[in-house]
Amino acid sequence: MNLLATGPVIPNYAAQSSKCVVENDFFCFDWVKHNWGTVLWPALRQHIYLTLVAVAIGFAISLALALAAHRLRWLERPTLVVTGILYTIPSLALFELLVAPVGLNTTTAEIALVSYTLLILFRNIVTGLREVPDEVREAAEGMGMTRAQVLRRVELPLALPAIVAGLRIATVTVISLATIAYLVSAGGLGLPVHNALGEGPFKTELIAAGGLAVVLALVADGLLVGVQRLLTPWVRAARA
Amino acid sequence: MPALTLAPPAGDSPLNTADTAHSEGPSAFAQAAELELRDVSKRYVGAREPAIKELSITVPAGEVCVLVGPSGSGKTTAMRLINRMIEISGGDILLGGESVLERDPRELRREIGYVIQQIGLFPHETVAQNIATVPRLLGWDKQRTATRVHELLDLIGLDPEEMRDRYPVQLSGGQRQRVGVARALAADPPLMLMDEPFGAIDPINRARLQDEFLRLQARVKKTIVFVTHDIDEAIKMGDRIAILREGGVLAQYDSPREILTNPADDFVARFVGADRALKRLGLSTLAEIELAQPNGAQPNGDTVALSTTVRDALSLLLSNGGRPLTVTDGDEDGHGGSARVAGLLTLETVSELLDERAQP
Repeated sequence: MNLLATGPVIPNYAAQSSKCVVENDFFCFDWVKHNWGTVLWPALRQHIYLTLVAVAIGFAISLALALAAHRLRWLERPTLVVTGILYTIPSLALFELLVAPVGLNTTTAEIALVSYTLLILFRNIVTGLREVPDEVREAAEGMGMTRAQVLRRVELPLALPAIVAGLRIATVTVISLATIAYLVSAGGLGLPVHNALGEGPFKTELIAAGGLAVVLALVADGLLVGVQRLLTPWVRAARA
Repeated sequence: MPALTLAPPAGDSPLNTADTAHSEGPSAFAQAAELELRDVSKRYVGAREPAIKELSITVPAGEVCVLVGPSGSGKTTAMRLINRMIEISGGDILLGGESVLERDPRELRREIGYVIQQIGLFPHETVAQNIATVPRLLGWDKQRTATRVHELLDLIGLDPEEMRDRYPVQLSGGQRQRVGVARALAADPPLMLMDEPFGAIDPINRARLQDEFLRLQARVKKTIVFVTHDIDEAIKMGDRIAILREGGVLAQYDSPREILTNPADDFVARFVGADRALKRLGLSTLAEIELAQPNGAQPNGDTVALSTTVRDALSLLLSNGGRPLTVTDGDEDGHGGSARVAGLLTLETVSELLDERAQP
């Protein structure tokens, strides 16, 4: 009964906080340093995970749909309509809608995030494949390539710039949308942002988490640009 | 056995038959096969008239056959039937004595060089990779392919070290065209199909590429089917010319000289043009005709070289007021210091020439 004897426990925030936090300055590096391991890094890691999984699955589905539409032209319009509808559903509504059938978990978040990548990726892949010049395709067939060889050796490589352009938009979109994944308990950088809003005038957590989302988007975009440069040396040759 | 490894071993290909010309040209271009179109027809589904009607032509191994005709005459269609880019409706096509209809279309196309007007180089591949397309499809090893690419770049007059790693966008129109030809020649095909290969090139470069191609063909001696709408190009490039009229009907199949001298009908006569006599003169050089003897007559100083075509010489003769020209065996501009007088060219010589050749 020692605890009772000492009276109610009042947490002393100030004891472990810096002067900056106590005085509630605009931005406190001390707080970031202190909470990196417990708050920010886990949120960032989750955010990256959410993004990678959503873009990877979205890309796989879109590629399959685009290849089908490339072979069977009539598939293109209905696919654009369906993915277009998915794209226009307000994200908040979609997350909420999915909670009932799927539950409060990462799967819900991923389903929603994937559905936003489909239109962008599908349209870019189809456009990229279609813009392969006819004479290039004719030469490939005339030299005895099978359809699969034309696709793998000629059409897909030439569609790469359009495909990577789609991946860049999809990735940045998903990074931004994933900030509301916390609503379905999927974590991500939205969680510290949300918590910060409940912390009254204290801004550091909000700025740090929001800033990380922005930096993550810029880094991801930069990486994709780098990958494209490596994969498409002929595009640079054309500019030289 | 220099460079013999580059040609498929004998017996490997069904095209190595008695119809195949082997010994001529560099050993790396050992193959050429006879091509025969036998009553070939093409009718598109839903079309009232056939696009090609019972077309029969035979191209001997190593010769250039030009398909020429107005638009709608089916010349490109006829060419694309050969490598089965379009499926035939009737008749048969034999390459080296064997029906192409019994071959797998992909395998067949790997044995037939294919050059189209827009060339269709792969923009994402280097010159070397482009040329290596068919060898790669055939599963050649790296060393053999690299040797072959080097040899072909040499053959088309591009420096291998400098050009190998360039992308098509870094080439001029003429260079792209040459690379397209090298790519078609890569696996030593016994037959080449060329669809208006110089059509997108400006006139000056076109003439140069035509001359270059004729020199190349003199070395590689391929059987070639060459499509053009330009009768002058047909006369220049063809060992034989097949003139097609609307509806894919063969109007005449003969040597250029025969077509210009004895057009089969009014259509052919109109198609080759009212200047067909002049075109015929373009087929011979002064070295090939009988010239008037100088007989001590003093030429007035205007000279022309033996290597000039009779047509160009006639033009000079006319602009010289019809006065006889002195023909020398010197260089083309007639300034060769040691040039010897070979004879005189007079208007009478030329008109006798036309007269004589009009007789069958």
